[in-house]
Amino acid sequence: MTALTLTNVNKSFGKVHVLKDINIEIEEGEFVVFVGPSGCGKSTLLRVIAGLEDASSGEIRIGDDVVNMTPPSKRGIAMVFQSYALYPHLNVRKNMSLALKQEKQPKDVIDARVAEASRMLNLEEYLDRLPSELSGGQRQRVAIGRAIVRQPKIFLFDEPLSNLDAALRMNTRIEIAGLHAQLGTSMIYVTHDQTEAMTLADKIVVLRDGRVEQIGSPMELYNNPANQFVAGFLGSPAMNFFPAGQVAEGDDRTMGVRPEDLYLADDGALKVDVSHVEKLGGDTNVIANFGGQQITARLFGQHDIAEGQSLSLGFDADKAYFFSPDGERLYE
Amino acid sequence: MNQARTNPLNTAAMHGALILYTLIALFPVFVILINSFKTRKAIFREPLAMPDADSFSMIGYQTVMKQGDFFLYFQNSMIVTVASLFFVLLFGAMAAFALSEYRFKGNTLMGLYLALGIMIPIRIGTVAILEMMVATGLVNSLWALILVYTAQGLPLAVFILSEFMRQVSDDLKNAGRIDGLSEYTIFFKLVLPLVRPAMATVAVFNMIPIWNDLWFPLILAPAEETKTLTLGSQVFIGQFVTDWNAVLSALSMAILPVLVLYVIFSRQLIRGITSGAVK
Repeated sequence: MTALTLTNVNKSFGKVHVLKDINIEIEEGEFVVFVGPSGCGKSTLLRVIAGLEDASSGEIRIGDDVVNMTPPSKRGIAMVFQSYALYPHLNVRKNMSLALKQEKQPKDVIDARVAEASRMLNLEEYLDRLPSELSGGQRQRVAIGRAIVRQPKIFLFDEPLSNLDAALRMNTRIEIAGLHAQLGTSMIYVTHDQTEAMTLADKIVVLRDGRVEQIGSPMELYNNPANQFVAGFLGSPAMNFFPAGQVAEGDDRTMGVRPEDLYLADDGALKVDVSHVEKLGGDTNVIANFGGQQITARLFGQHDIAEGQSLSLGFDADKAYFFSPDGERLYE
Repeated sequence: MNQARTNPLNTAAMHGALILYTLIALFPVFVILINSFKTRKAIFREPLAMPDADSFSMIGYQTVMKQGDFFLYFQNSMIVTVASLFFVLLFGAMAAFALSEYRFKGNTLMGLYLALGIMIPIRIGTVAILEMMVATGLVNSLWALILVYTAQGLPLAVFILSEFMRQVSDDLKNAGRIDGLSEYTIFFKLVLPLVRPAMATVAVFNMIPIWNDLWFPLILAPAEETKTLTLGSQVFIGQFVTDWNAVLSALSMAILPVLVLYVIFSRQLIRGITSGAVK
């Protein structure tokens, strides 16, 4: 069953056309990540789904109901915000139970749901504290708890991890994945971080300039990107692009090779000058100049490579991607 | 305070400047206070001397208590000031919320129109206001003053408050909407507590001119039962003879309530002034 269907959704702020003909279908229980660079409209799209912005045209369907005219609180969604957005004057318990009180749920139901959510998120000892007395990670958990108690049909996450430090971000990422496995509810997650997208998603929606560039599972997008933008956006370090003419005479396409597909080979096609080396222990990232283009090679293990050295890099022909000058993928 | 960044000379200079300013600001108040406790002759002979056994006299206060209904004036001033502040804050905050929160046609124009009142003194319209009050039968009622002061305070209140409301996190308001709070609950329960310092600032800026105003009470509500304190004190100032004892005593007493209101608001006020700078 589909949890959410967007049909030809458009959104304009005055003359600025922010979302252009968005068509997305999300299945029950799916974890969907909207990813794209800043200003691509991913947060606006989430707010349109939540009902915080009206769509200028198009249809939004949650379950079987068209919800274009339904206020946010009646859509069966719950949202977790980047800035947590906890009510500063209410303690953790009241923060979590406010929505249920507004729905006029009986008191024992409210208590049971708050207890259940705080147990899942290890918040039991903090229930009587104010948000200002909590750490960043705890606040984020309260924000997630506030969403859980509503038992929504869809969870919406708006860049929930960007205010946390790196270590906490990874832990919370794993917690969110665990939560999804436990609850089995559909989740929509907005981020600009491709690592979060790749690790969390069942399905990734790549957006650019208010358009959907490609939809698919993380590995589909990684192995089979539809265009140069998707190829360059997913994967870290990013895919290398250079004119194919630099490898084969007279070819006017753009060639793309992932850093991890490059290897040291004495007869390799790429003769490069090393400009910088990042030694990470497990991997060595070599940043080099190839005929005026900067390219990155990710070599497994530790290598004794110095800056200024000349290297010869090779790749397998079937690992190369080709793009037309306007960025479309070319299949040979 | 950080030891490394303070040096005794700077601290002394800073406190010196502040103390000097305080002395200058408080001097007139001080002179009014000491002279209100002196005999008429002593006031003129040595205006700056402290009252001593010879010159001490409560005659001014006695006159004030006897003549005119001083407590009624007092009560009128209090009602007018508090009611006007209440309406300025309520309507100002609501208008500011609408302007900063909702996108609608003519939003900017409406904001400019409301801010225009800051630049145009309301007293220019006195004749028209008087005609309106006569037509509506509000002359010689406290409502006339409350309405005028509310109108006078609103432009600045809307201007300051909308700036502060813009800083209240959108996420917080949206979280409220998703949790099913009405726009009124969001306004009163989430937004107002967060802009409390700004509200206190607006309250203090408006309070003192209203309390001290002579113009509108004299024109719109000069009747005995609606006189405000400032207008009431004028009975002691005559064309030929002025009862300085009574005037100074009345003024001394008029300082008290503003002082109390100011103390209530000031803690918030300091936070309001600094909240933009720090954090």
